[in-house]
Amino acid sequence: MKKILYLLLLSLVLSASGCSGAASEDDENTLYIYNWGEYIDPDVLTMFTEETGIDIVYDEYETNEIMYPKIEAGAVNYDLVCPSDYMISKMIENDLLEEINFDNITDKDNIGKEYWEKSEEFDPGNKYSVPYVWGTVGILYNKTMVHEPVDSWGILWDEKYKDEILMQDSVRDAFMVAERYLGYSMNTTDEDELQASKKLLQAQKANVQAYVVDQVRDKMIGNEAALGVIYSGEAIYTQRENPDLEYVIPKEGTNVWIDSWVIPKNAKHKENAEKFINFLLKPRIAYMNFDYITYSTPNIPARALIEDEDIRKSPIAFPNLSDYDLEAYSYLGEDADRHLNDLWREVKSY
Amino acid sequence: MKDSRNSLVTAPYLLWSVGFIIIPLIMIIYYAFTGPDGSFTTRNVGDIIYFVNMKALMLSIALSLVSTCMCLLIAYPLALVLTQVVEKNSSLMALIFILPMWMNSLLRTFAWQNILERKGVLNGILVFLGLQPFYIINKPPAIILGMVYDFLPFMVLPIYNSVSEIDKDLINAARDLGAGSFQTLYRVIWPLSLPGVISGITMVFVPSLTTFVISDILGGGKILLIGNIIEQLFTQDSDWNAGAGLSVILMIFIVISMIITAKYDREDG
Repeated sequence: MKKILYLLLLSLVLSASGCSGAASEDDENTLYIYNWGEYIDPDVLTMFTEETGIDIVYDEYETNEIMYPKIEAGAVNYDLVCPSDYMISKMIENDLLEEINFDNITDKDNIGKEYWEKSEEFDPGNKYSVPYVWGTVGILYNKTMVHEPVDSWGILWDEKYKDEILMQDSVRDAFMVAERYLGYSMNTTDEDELQASKKLLQAQKANVQAYVVDQVRDKMIGNEAALGVIYSGEAIYTQRENPDLEYVIPKEGTNVWIDSWVIPKNAKHKENAEKFINFLLKPRIAYMNFDYITYSTPNIPARALIEDEDIRKSPIAFPNLSDYDLEAYSYLGEDADRHLNDLWREVKSY
Repeated sequence: MKDSRNSLVTAPYLLWSVGFIIIPLIMIIYYAFTGPDGSFTTRNVGDIIYFVNMKALMLSIALSLVSTCMCLLIAYPLALVLTQVVEKNSSLMALIFILPMWMNSLLRTFAWQNILERKGVLNGILVFLGLQPFYIINKPPAIILGMVYDFLPFMVLPIYNSVSEIDKDLINAARDLGAGSFQTLYRVIWPLSLPGVISGITMVFVPSLTTFVISDILGGGKILLIGNIIEQLFTQDSDWNAGAGLSVILMIFIVISMIITAKYDREDG
């Protein structure tokens, strides 16, 4: 048994030294970025390298939940990550983030005041994060298949649309829909409310064609389904591809989210990271990113650069926050997270 | 002298198996029997009694059994035909069968999603011909189809190998002694091909039991197999202990299935 332990230790040492060996090779002029998939205009990265001479190593993830353990384990020392609100508060709580030196973020006033205020909900004092994009979650529907006004989450339970509904395969977003429809908070940890939401989602399952994440976009464009739950940032893109699609924020209210740049504690190139954040705040750069990813930008001068007035004034891309009943996710704690994941599996295996 | 040379030759394999088989196995078992704080617990393995996990395991076993049977039903006649064809052509036909395996299995599964979708290729053709569209996507039959398609070559090749190795004299002797085609097949070829059948069954059943990609892509997230649950525990929940616990249960089932097939192998072969 002792021998086995030695072997285990040896392999751990080997793998650890392998990582640090790789890290020691790079010089000061590097920046490790970990971002969502398809979440930046690649030209922006090239421009940054040309302007500053800093090389960028760029990796992508699909969900907050996949990103978190990698940062926590610290196998790769990322300098810049772009998580969502509730995940940022989880990272702050678990002491994974470094305070940003705002002396280096000279263009921070380009971000609208309301977004800094909204950020206080998960980052009190705006110490750790700089907003990058934001949006809502709503229903995307196909006008040629749905001939009634869509204004409520309830339509996702209508048997008329059996097998025509795409739900988000992401635990918080799925539960948010049911919780809001029932009039609860999307941050509830009340057992009765959670059970009621779970039962509602189980009842919905017969209607649901598939639980997917990124594929909602392509399936809706391809007329595969009549209704889908989707992030507002995808709405403009899908409408460009298929003009029959329409996005609505249901009257029961929905989630408003912000994805912000944060610097992990174990970052090795903090100043480069701050340079990059400031680079992204430049109106022209923020506009390039908006045009590429079509997710709403909190950058006010960048928004003014949008030429198409329909998009610049679009209530989808830039809804007036006070017109809707919007709520942000907050971090519920480890036990509640685990419980919610269990309930979600009960829905999916129902 | 001979011993030391042997150990030198096997050294790469030993290193390989220690590094990539034994240590990972030990780590899985370690995680399976410890809690988040590192203390001993049987809770992770015991999680299998929960309805969701048990249902996923049973469904995995059922779907894997069906797809293994279907693979066998398709592969056996095919392997017989392949050996009957003149030597040159038979390797060409075998090549045609292996050819899809040169492509990434993820891509092939996504291709099936495109074919089976409601507005997919297949339904486009059916509707064009004035026929009823065909909806199996996101239902268990689609997953079985995906498993059979992905794993069929693993059934064909071992059977083809064992059938083609049968001495032609044995078959001729059976014919001389008055056995009809069916009797020759049933009494001579089938028993002699059993080792191939057994390894084919194992090579199809085990990956079917553990898959999570096929059920994810062709099941629309509506069908949870035990592989999906384990995958979610590791990635979404980042609960390695619970994931490892269920992996151990799954390994037990794989070992049981291999014991059963090995037993038949010994009795008949």
